[in-house]
Amino acid sequence: MYRYDQFDQQLVDERVTEFSGQVARRLSGELAEDDFKPLRLMNGVYLQLHSYMLRIAIPYGTLSSRQVRKLAEIERVYDKGYGHFTTRQNLQLHWPALKDVPAILRELASVEMHCIQTSGNCIRNTTSDHHAGAVPGELEDPRVICEIIRQWSTFHPEFSYLPRKFKIAVSATEHDRAAIRIHDIGVQVVTNAAGEIGYEVWVGGGLGRTPIIGKKVGDFVPREDLLAFLESILRVYNMFGRRDNSYKARIKILVHEIGVEDMRRQVEAEFAEVKARGALQLPDDEVARIQKYFAAPAWENLSDDVPEIDAAVAKDKGFGEWMRNNVSTHKMPGYSIVNVSLKPIGLTPGDCSADQMDVLADIADKYAFSEIRVAHEQNLCLAHVRKRDLYEVYQALNASELATPNIGLITDQIACPGLDYCNLANARSIVIAQRLSERFSDIEFQKKIGRLHVNMSGCINACGHHHVGHIGILGVDKKGVEYYQVTLGGAADETAAVGDIVGPAFTEGEIIDAIDTIVETYLGLRQDGEIFIDTYRRVGVQPFKDKLYATH
Amino acid sequence: MQLIKNGSFVQDEWTTLADDEALPVSGPIIVSLERFNTEQNLLLARDGKLGIRLKSGQEPTPIAPYLDRLALVALEFPTYRNGRAYSYARMLRDRFGFKGEVRAVGGVLRDQFFYMSRVGFDALEVGDNITPEAYADAMATFTHTYQPSVDGRERVLSLRQRLAAKANSQTA
Repeated sequence: MYRYDQFDQQLVDERVTEFSGQVARRLSGELAEDDFKPLRLMNGVYLQLHSYMLRIAIPYGTLSSRQVRKLAEIERVYDKGYGHFTTRQNLQLHWPALKDVPAILRELASVEMHCIQTSGNCIRNTTSDHHAGAVPGELEDPRVICEIIRQWSTFHPEFSYLPRKFKIAVSATEHDRAAIRIHDIGVQVVTNAAGEIGYEVWVGGGLGRTPIIGKKVGDFVPREDLLAFLESILRVYNMFGRRDNSYKARIKILVHEIGVEDMRRQVEAEFAEVKARGALQLPDDEVARIQKYFAAPAWENLSDDVPEIDAAVAKDKGFGEWMRNNVSTHKMPGYSIVNVSLKPIGLTPGDCSADQMDVLADIADKYAFSEIRVAHEQNLCLAHVRKRDLYEVYQALNASELATPNIGLITDQIACPGLDYCNLANARSIVIAQRLSERFSDIEFQKKIGRLHVNMSGCINACGHHHVGHIGILGVDKKGVEYYQVTLGGAADETAAVGDIVGPAFTEGEIIDAIDTIVETYLGLRQDGEIFIDTYRRVGVQPFKDKLYATH
Repeated sequence: MQLIKNGSFVQDEWTTLADDEALPVSGPIIVSLERFNTEQNLLLARDGKLGIRLKSGQEPTPIAPYLDRLALVALEFPTYRNGRAYSYARMLRDRFGFKGEVRAVGGVLRDQFFYMSRVGFDALEVGDNITPEAYADAMATFTHTYQPSVDGRERVLSLRQRLAAKANSQTA
């Protein structure tokens, strides 16, 4: 993985000094909260319901075991011994004291980490595929271009006071695990007829109040021009994005209002200017320098047949379930990708304790080249594990409640922190996620249902990506009472779609039964080989509506 | 209000005229884009330096043809959160090659001085609480930068390339 050189380290260290000064000015009263707000937000410090929240950047979701141990230590010393992984591959601490933030930042900087631009109206942490470098069919490791984007976007002097936040995601396989079409900019690695690597660029995707799937504005941007192209999009947005209403300030609204053709024309005109100046052209030697950091680990020459694992599967039912649901195909024979579920039945999606993090760091050191990934579905991942080690890895994970065999199943829900933590929320998400998880805890039933993504947000800001869940649940407030609105048919991958609202919202008491009804309706309608989303796309919303509201 | 020009706290020699205010016979004046549009000939023929003040939403392309006759462009930040003028400044310098003063007015926080200087502002109208020490501190926050911009700083990429070249020549 990428390692800082002296320049990267100096920048992060200087940022710690700067922010420590800003905190000191705030604590002394020299800086009013209003003036401090944009500064703290640029550094991931939010004011939540009960305390400050600190969001730590995990660039493109890649961590070393050393970093994971440091995060565990920070959770113990400065927080309540746990953290929460988010849909943007970051880690949130929900209980830090403002006075401790400078010390936390110093600890983070000591392992090449930071909170830079994890909030605020700036370019946020660039996210990517948690299977990067391990999955078959990848055109290049997407983290190379992510790191290049990270550096370009860090303290960008022109784009630090944008109309609104700005999120970029990169995918390098046909199957999109990074949800690039719901980002302000989505980058898809592609090849042209000559076999050269380039980038397809999508603009104006986003969720929130106005969910919109991104539109393509670049068909094949050569690698050397990608930063110039991104800079052009950002400049058009910075100059013409709306600033009169924060709900209409995202780039998706600009694209929607002027139309994708006009957007494309403006970006191309700007691109011609930026490219002509040449300063942002990406030199091959810099690409090569960064590529080296993402070079494949030293693979062993292994057979893909591992009889002892087959024997363990036959003997240990739990291991068998885990193998089927949580282990993905690796590009190298004899290796597997291990997905680590942070969705144990009845607990909070995405939470991970300091003790669990230490266990993961140990497992990663022993079996997975000391690397741990964060998935946007709020799970973790060990990207390169020898097949013959899988049973040991399973047992180690299982001993720490990290082997719930539900990846991609109905209990593998995405959920925002909701009203339990967040001052924007209208309703609780965690308790609904927990009840749903308990209702569907039977693994045989989950398997029968098959792949089904349930996403839940506690308010319209959609941090839980409810619009793009196969089943989406949105918490709303009606005169002080929590209600839950349901959408069906959303998707975040290469078939990205915004779900359809099924009808009037359900009460807290009704919502789990409603999900049950949806699942039963689907099971009654599905044809051979279909998963929920296939059936939904074939039959539409009506049969679900009929069943859900028949008795109402 | 104080004015920082090229890093020094200086007396402001410019007068910003309201749209209905009479033109002084001489002396440097700053007018709005609206006034410039209606009284262009008069203003350009006048004895004395001319500056234009652009509001947020008035991007500089329309004044590009006149830039060689302007000594100053003031860019307004209606609030410090509104960052449009960072792009305007960059365009003035980078695209139109404007050599005169580019002045930041309005919501200008000390924590923004560095970014402003990087995109081409050489003059900042700042609050009375800003001391030369605070200014110097703000400008010295970061030693290196990743992006090419118009401030002429050597960016990290070229520092890396120089280091690599040096290492190569030593091993060669």
